[in-house]
Amino acid sequence: MTTNNNNSNIIQVVDLYKNFGKLEVLKGITTEIKVGEVVVVIGPSGSGKSTFLRCLNYLETPTSGDIIFNGEVINPKTNLNKLRQDMGMVFQRFNLFPHKKVIDNITLGPLKVRKQSKEEATEQALNLLEKVGLSDKANSYPDQLSGGQQQRVAIARALAMRPKVMLFDEPTSALDPEMIGEVLEVMKELAREGMTMVVVTHEMGFAKEVGDRVIFMDDGKIAEQNSPEELFSNPQNPRTRSFLSKII
Amino acid sequence: MDFRWDLVWESMPLLLEGAWLTVKLTAIAVFFGIIIGTIMGMLRITRTPFRYLAAVYIDFTRGTPLLVQIFIIFYGIPAIINTSLPAYLSAVIALSFNSGAYVAEIVRAGIQSIDKGQVEAAQSLGMTYTQTMKYIILPQTFRRIVPPLGNEFIALLKDSSLVSAIALEELVRKGNIIMTRTFRPFEVWFAVALIYLIMTFTISRLVALAEKNLRVGDSA
Ligand SMILES: Nc1ncnc2c1ncn2[C@@H]1O[C@H](COP(=O)(O)OP(=O)(O)O)[C@@H](O)[C@H]1O
Ligand SMILES: [Mg+2]
Repeated sequence: MTTNNNNSNIIQVVDLYKNFGKLEVLKGITTEIKVGEVVVVIGPSGSGKSTFLRCLNYLETPTSGDIIFNGEVINPKTNLNKLRQDMGMVFQRFNLFPHKKVIDNITLGPLKVRKQSKEEATEQALNLLEKVGLSDKANSYPDQLSGGQQQRVAIARALAMRPKVMLFDEPTSALDPEMIGEVLEVMKELAREGMTMVVVTHEMGFAKEVGDRVIFMDDGKIAEQNSPEELFSNPQNPRTRSFLSKII
Repeated sequence: MDFRWDLVWESMPLLLEGAWLTVKLTAIAVFFGIIIGTIMGMLRITRTPFRYLAAVYIDFTRGTPLLVQIFIIFYGIPAIINTSLPAYLSAVIALSFNSGAYVAEIVRAGIQSIDKGQVEAAQSLGMTYTQTMKYIILPQTFRRIVPPLGNEFIALLKDSSLVSAIALEELVRKGNIIMTRTFRPFEVWFAVALIYLIMTFTISRLVALAEKNLRVGDSA
């Protein structure tokens, strides 16, 4: 298997297919994510956005096709746990560990997976909490926090692994409207700092402000992709047009 | 015929001796039951061939009477391998083995009740299967299964009376002994019931207390 030696690509996706039993969900996706790029994925519900994201860190195993991460083709011998350390993931429903304090949610990965020292992991966690504006919540339990706060902790938890890429699956769609802004702010800050991000979201403001590229997915394929300005103001594909008219 | 409280009172030392054995047997069986049950409950839902082993164990144990299991271990197995097992050891093995199967089902259901997002979050941090189980799934499972485990241990305490059938002098057997001496069945069995009630009530209070305290506090 040859790999494209374009070093500016952190992830390459080559002809990715994913079936669930007889159901074809991804039908040949080819794209690449550049270092530092912020890619926003939009598309109708059920078009395969989550599945695409979950194939990138192998939470789902692709049926066929290749994911090339950092120049290496993921294959049956790849250490998936190592791969996932380098790809942070933020979920729609936060998925914080409810039996652990906020601080322990954040230090668990660094301590047990990265084998950092307690002092190092704690110091880093406190810095991250400050970054997401939750320094005063270190000793709270997740169920004592609002949805927006929980999602910011989840972002801090993922960042604590010092990932090379961050994957977000509709991070604001389970939130009350008044909490969306605080989470998007954190994400924008991250984008400005140069983090490579793949974000499934329908927040057009976010896409326009920090997105480098928007991918429109429809029926398991990439129907159209372009810069946010171009895609939103001048969509080429009729499916894109009809989708955008519904969500704006 | 009047109720002879003095007889209840006089039976107490001997009955409490029996109750102590009942408590010991139950406590040991609970200890091993949790270990066996956790392992079997986890194996039951892995994708390894071990899950069939776990299924056979669980189905066999839950599908046969405890008394028969006690007889198999005390009389059956020693007969085949030409040796003998002390009654006490047979009782411990039978009760642990029996309790393990019920605990396994509780653990299995508990694990399956944990939101799938928890496993995914753990995996996305790069945790291995073992780490995910140890730090994320099992701690949440144990918090959740405290009430059904408590019920199981109350049932086990009561069922341990069956080991009287292999002449172990636990609470029921002691009751029988006093009965044949005094011929006062009502007082004796009333006293035995009272002691069981105090023991089961104590367990259920302890379980309720544990349940409350587990809501908060955890260290990584
Ligand atoms: N684990 C799964 N098993 C079976 N079908 C699934 C599974 N995950 C997703 N699907 C199906 O795949 C399709 C795409 O789902 P998804 O990737 O979640 O879409 P989106 O995120 O764009 O809404 C849907 O029809 C969904 O029901
Ligand atoms: Mg989705």
